[in-house]
Amino acid sequence: MDQSSPFATNYRREIKAGLRDIAPIVVAAVPISLLFGAVAAAKGLTPLEVTVMSALVFAGGAQFAAIETWIHPAPILTLAFATLLINARHVLMGASLSPKVQMSRVQKFLSFFFLTDEAWALSERRALDRPVTGAYWAVMGVVLWANWTAFSCVGAILGSFLGDPERIGADFAFTALFIGLVAGFGRSRVTLVTVAVSAGVAALVHHFIGAPWHVASGALAGIAAAYLAAPEEARS
Amino acid sequence: MSLDTTTLLAIVAMALVTYVTRIAGLFVADRLVLTGRAKAAFDAIPPAVLVAVIAPTALTTGWAEASAATITAVAAFRLPLLGTVAVGVIAVVVLRNLI
Repeated sequence: MDQSSPFATNYRREIKAGLRDIAPIVVAAVPISLLFGAVAAAKGLTPLEVTVMSALVFAGGAQFAAIETWIHPAPILTLAFATLLINARHVLMGASLSPKVQMSRVQKFLSFFFLTDEAWALSERRALDRPVTGAYWAVMGVVLWANWTAFSCVGAILGSFLGDPERIGADFAFTALFIGLVAGFGRSRVTLVTVAVSAGVAALVHHFIGAPWHVASGALAGIAAAYLAAPEEARS
Repeated sequence: MSLDTTTLLAIVAMALVTYVTRIAGLFVADRLVLTGRAKAAFDAIPPAVLVAVIAPTALTTGWAEASAATITAVAAFRLPLLGTVAVGVIAVVVLRNLI
């Protein structure tokens, strides 16, 4: 028999569930982290700078975009603005997840530093049929953060030794991971309309206007499409 | 190993902006009570955001990527997450060599 209190048992179970759910994402994130470190090093950042960036910013999409356009000396305002555009989605994500996690306000302010697309998508999916505990949310965030920071450092040190990332398909791992996460939200009519409109608008905006505008415009178009595709209320 | 001052400032600026976006949602969430269409729109945030991030890579990079994305999407409804990623990565490598 388990001698521990129901609370501790529950706590351990939640951590175990978080680790189980995040494990495949951690594995998939390793090549992406290595790739980021290697690309950043190729742009002239030192391994220390790469590690500090991954530890403090901890946002893959924004970091890849920053490194794409990196010049010396670094254009601070330009980089900050691009980061804001790419990460503006966090506002919607945080607002959506916040009422579903069982945490105090202070715990939320601390643990939302670890907000990522991946941990958030898993928590939203878990929230469909049960409450999301702080233990579940935090363990996923911390593990992903440590993984991202450590392997982008390794990537920066190994740099060119890794070879061409396109040849081994590592650059596509991020895309495949997101497709897998999206599939977790099901195949309802509203979801399919959302996905189609968001993808179409984001691709068009990226092609004709350019990054990073496609993220906000595609997401907002998809959300608007869901609003229109959903059945109207009898009385509103 | 060295740490350039301007680079460090840029990193700190990026980090601050990112943290603000992460906690900003906490201020609006408490005031939201949603039903009907508004709820559908709010529930659509996760897939809409995730898809918008990857759409350029998946759709407009080339035929290899677009085909691999389609194969990955089919696999995504049948396989666990890691299997889906593996299928996607293998598909893109094979297709890049064929196309």
